[in-house]
Amino acid sequence: MNPISNETCLELSFPATEAEASAGIEQLSIGLSNQGLPVQKADDVKIALAEAINNVVEHAYAGIAPAKVQVTCRLDQNRLDILISDTGNPLPGLHPPDGIPASVDTTPQDLPEGGFGWYLIYELTSDISYERRRGCNRLSLRFDFTGHS
Amino acid sequence: MGLTSTITGATQVITVHSDRIDAAMAIQFKEDMRRETDSGTDRVVLDLAGVEFIDSSGLGAIVASMKQLGGNRKLDLAGPQPVVEKVFRLTRMDTVFRLFPTLDDALSATAD
Repeated sequence: MNPISNETCLELSFPATEAEASAGIEQLSIGLSNQGLPVQKADDVKIALAEAINNVVEHAYAGIAPAKVQVTCRLDQNRLDILISDTGNPLPGLHPPDGIPASVDTTPQDLPEGGFGWYLIYELTSDISYERRRGCNRLSLRFDFTGHS
Repeated sequence: MGLTSTITGATQVITVHSDRIDAAMAIQFKEDMRRETDSGTDRVVLDLAGVEFIDSSGLGAIVASMKQLGGNRKLDLAGPQPVVEKVFRLTRMDTVFRLFPTLDDALSATAD
């Protein structure tokens, strides 16, 4: 294991509303860049992070009062780990969806206007894990800086 | 959210004056697009050069904007930054829309 001094940590917590999420995603993205997230990974991380946080806002707190989204990022020279936690409803089946993208091979009027979020998260991360613990959803996203992009 | 529109020949150019099209502004974007394209040319070019980020909700709002133009009008996209282009490419929406590197490219394609 790498010594802890090689690792930096970034934490942010914000109310689970669309406007707060938008500002939070921007703040995290800037913070990670400042802490040394490789430039070539910045877009991937921002897209995946946005989709995961938007899922919390739109689904975990659907029909209940929105509480907070807590995001913890751990960055070292080889990888970035992001933990997103919330106290909303659990993922259906206690498992992330398969992430099969909506098909665009259709007529213009039938084109999908959603259904890409989990697909993008899977495409852009190296690994995903989810657990429900003590009333919290804990979604972990890992980004390796070598090999799989 | 800030859209401006100009007519250049047979093309309406709509410029996005927001650095992102995301979940927080997707509905507003769609409504603003509806107002801007209420009447106008058959071809609309959306200039995305100033947009530094888009998520799947923003992408969905652009798809919805295309649908609300109806079958006889066309929506092309111009000037996407790399992160925007990546979202279109990953979702294969780059096979649905014509993406031009710059607004000039989009406008010169009109003459073809």
